[in-house]
Amino acid sequence: MSGSLRLSRRRFLQVLAGTAGALVVGVRYAAAAVAPIPTGLLGNTFHGLGAYVRIDADGTVLIGARDPDTGTGVATSLPRIIADELDADWQRVRVVPLGLGVENGNGEPRWLYGRQAGGLGDSIPAAWRDLRQAGALARWLIREAAARKFGLPAAQLRCDKGMVLAPDGRKLDYGSLAEDAAGIAPPNKAPAPKSPDRYTLIGQPAGDVDARAIVTGEAQYSFDSQIGGALIAVLVHCPWPDGRIDRIDTGPALAVKGVVKVVQLNPEPNLPPGQTVIAPAVAVIAETTWAALQGRKALQLEWKPGASGNENSAVLEQQALALMDDDDASGVSSPGARVRDDGDVVGIARKAARRLDATYVQPWLAHATIEPMNCVVQLDKDKATLIVPTQLPQQAWSVVQRLTDLKPEQIEIQVPRIGGGYGRRLDHDYVVEAVMLAKMVDKPIKLIWTRENDLTHDFYQSGSVHKISVTMDRKRQIMTWDQRMASASALVKRGTPDNRLWSSETDPNLLPAGLVPNFRSDWYSLQSAIPRGPARGVPHIGNAFAVESFIDEIAHVLKEDPLDTRLRLLGDARLVPLQGGGTLDTGKLLNVLKLVADRIEWKNWLRSVNGLGLACWHVDGAYVAHAVEAAMQGEKLIIQRVVCAVDVGRVINPTGLEGQVAGATLDALSNALNLAITFKNGQIQQHDWKDYPLASMAQLPDAVEVITVPGDRDPTGASFLAMPTTAPALANAVFRASAVRVRRLPLMKELLRLL
Amino acid sequence: MLQVQAHGPLSKAEPNFTVEKPRDGIDLQINGEQYRHSGDPQLPLLWYLRDVLRLTGTKYGDDHGLGGTDLVLVDGKAVSAITQPMSALAGKQVTTVEGLASTDGSLHPLQQAFIDEDAIGCGYCTPGWLIASLDLLRRKHDPSDDDIDTLPNLCRCGCQTRVRRAIKRAAPLLKKGSASGLINGAAA
Repeated sequence: MSGSLRLSRRRFLQVLAGTAGALVVGVRYAAAAVAPIPTGLLGNTFHGLGAYVRIDADGTVLIGARDPDTGTGVATSLPRIIADELDADWQRVRVVPLGLGVENGNGEPRWLYGRQAGGLGDSIPAAWRDLRQAGALARWLIREAAARKFGLPAAQLRCDKGMVLAPDGRKLDYGSLAEDAAGIAPPNKAPAPKSPDRYTLIGQPAGDVDARAIVTGEAQYSFDSQIGGALIAVLVHCPWPDGRIDRIDTGPALAVKGVVKVVQLNPEPNLPPGQTVIAPAVAVIAETTWAALQGRKALQLEWKPGASGNENSAVLEQQALALMDDDDASGVSSPGARVRDDGDVVGIARKAARRLDATYVQPWLAHATIEPMNCVVQLDKDKATLIVPTQLPQQAWSVVQRLTDLKPEQIEIQVPRIGGGYGRRLDHDYVVEAVMLAKMVDKPIKLIWTRENDLTHDFYQSGSVHKISVTMDRKRQIMTWDQRMASASALVKRGTPDNRLWSSETDPNLLPAGLVPNFRSDWYSLQSAIPRGPARGVPHIGNAFAVESFIDEIAHVLKEDPLDTRLRLLGDARLVPLQGGGTLDTGKLLNVLKLVADRIEWKNWLRSVNGLGLACWHVDGAYVAHAVEAAMQGEKLIIQRVVCAVDVGRVINPTGLEGQVAGATLDALSNALNLAITFKNGQIQQHDWKDYPLASMAQLPDAVEVITVPGDRDPTGASFLAMPTTAPALANAVFRASAVRVRRLPLMKELLRLL
Repeated sequence: MLQVQAHGPLSKAEPNFTVEKPRDGIDLQINGEQYRHSGDPQLPLLWYLRDVLRLTGTKYGDDHGLGGTDLVLVDGKAVSAITQPMSALAGKQVTTVEGLASTDGSLHPLQQAFIDEDAIGCGYCTPGWLIASLDLLRRKHDPSDDDIDTLPNLCRCGCQTRVRRAIKRAAPLLKKGSASGLINGAAA
């Protein structure tokens, strides 16, 4: 981009005269040390960075998509937010994935596009705060350029679908104004974003921008990518993260035609999980994938366990139960924590008329992305080029920087569309592996993991045990709610202080916190050497399964309609303050609950031959409810209907939202029905799809009916919103259909055991 | 590289070039073009497609072809490419996802139906769903929900209900064409 025009360093929205008369608007980040966070231009909520808009002389509008798209649709929805603000013609918009934006800020990385993260559930809320500004500024400049050409005040001009229209009927295409607009100084005050009644794209359905490339097979994922002459590397990982090689003979592997080298990789000491190799490994490097796989098969290799060699998931569960029982009187001990303590649970419980307890078990889970881990890397003396499926490109950058010692701008990270993330790709062990290998062979490397590598070497979602104890008075009012949970924190050794290890596992605002006067939530810490990491829908998944199942159990004991029990618990529509800020709007929660109940014809719940089940939840200001209708045919479970209602505030792309909600529902059903990771003697027992059987088409419902509540508050994330309520609504329906209460997932295994 | 193969129609040798002596190998058609594989006969079709021909629409998902990401049509039937050694493919016609659209770029009705029904999550498993669905539609012109339930594919983004809608949308459009018209691309 020649002739770039740098404006005041205090101004972050940057206008650049591009080549061939293009107008380029970007939002540039500068570290607080360089310039204070501007308030005038971007508002108080601005906290970082941006994407760019480029209008070419031919009217083509290029919009950068800054966040990795793991299937969440952000490559479509984020550019549409900008395009709407710009009044662009969507047919003439081209979306360009941005890759990692980094430049050299006095030796430190300066992130050109600010926040770049995918699959965390906050891409849309973040974009709503900052990306609209880029579109608004570009539109302001275009309209200003048109005003000068027409000789009319800008206020008299209207923008529509890539054209500026004058009241006298004259009109100009954005493309013809781009060059002039690039020469206009931006206003001192940020142009106001559009009023919602003028939205043309926001709230309208749109298909995925990559859809055509996907259905034709042209879409290139990282797994499909190549950098000239890259050798292929495949790995055998040690079954124990702390194990080591007992015996190795590389001869037979090296004898395979095409195998170039066999090397060993070891975790570097004292680094957080996910920032070094996940376990000792042997890599077979070859000219082709087939040769590498043949070489791997030929390896003569035996491993020795380390200290974790006797860990067993069933034993860990027993430890969890013992921990929660032993601590009955003394309270939870560090690093466990009392996460919330309202009122006087112990004192009031003593006076209660009735007490009810239950224990629920959520198994360990793998991420099991369909595109396995992989990384393509080329290392030159003063340049590293990587193609990586990462949800957090900036962290990928930092592990590459540590291993190569290159300058910030010498590390290029390309992020193509990603075959699923679910939190797995927030860790970068596979990037470390690829870079280490590239250093060893002095050639570009394409590292690929097999399904076995993936299932046996994940940063798993810890299993958890939940014990709930509730007391009621004679009027059936819940007096006390005592909730205990034990799990192995995902945050161990990740820089989180011991007294915050609970924060990946639970949350002080989970239902029914704030709705019951005497409420206590304790978290107990399990020790495990099995790697853990962030996972989709955590910490809501296990907790919602326990709480929303238990509410049905209360209803059953009280001989009450479970919907009525929920309505009594939620009470009147009101705002309940959340710990740490924000509010729970019980009116919105009641609304989604009533919507799914109406749709599934809940009034028939007692008479229906099939079982009906409900659940509702709230996640980061969004509200969700599920209703499930299930039937038993012998030992076969048929999920007849699934209804999900969501309230996410303003909807950016209804098509995308429906896809996320229906998709997360099906994924959660797959988890709940079938899936568990187990370990014996420290070794993961699941090696392929046979052992970790994602739900088949036949197991899943034929449709998911999605109801979206219209709203105009700022949008919230939706990528995992539908996860928490799916399993409990299913278990509640199964109870009605079979009279069997499943308190342990996966559901099918437990149901067949209990039937 | 382990394999050497002749690309494209073998008949198109230019007169000015010395014609190479034909090598032994496995002849097969992929998306309507003739290929000869003269490398390891045990090479799985998946790696031949991906590493040799750079047709990367057919995806690796697991080693046993259980997830459906690596499905291709062999003589019209869906098979897992990672389980098929090249030796089993002599004289066969293979169609990959890249061969579904017409050479003029117009999409197969099923591809269009996947777009129209938004039957796409991350998209990594989508080619496999398309191939499995085509195989189903070849056998059942008007597939029931039970028929659709037999699809072997796995998906973590939860596209299954939308794939079901896409198949139902495409079925009547395909019924009109002949069986051989199911694939309107190069392999018709």
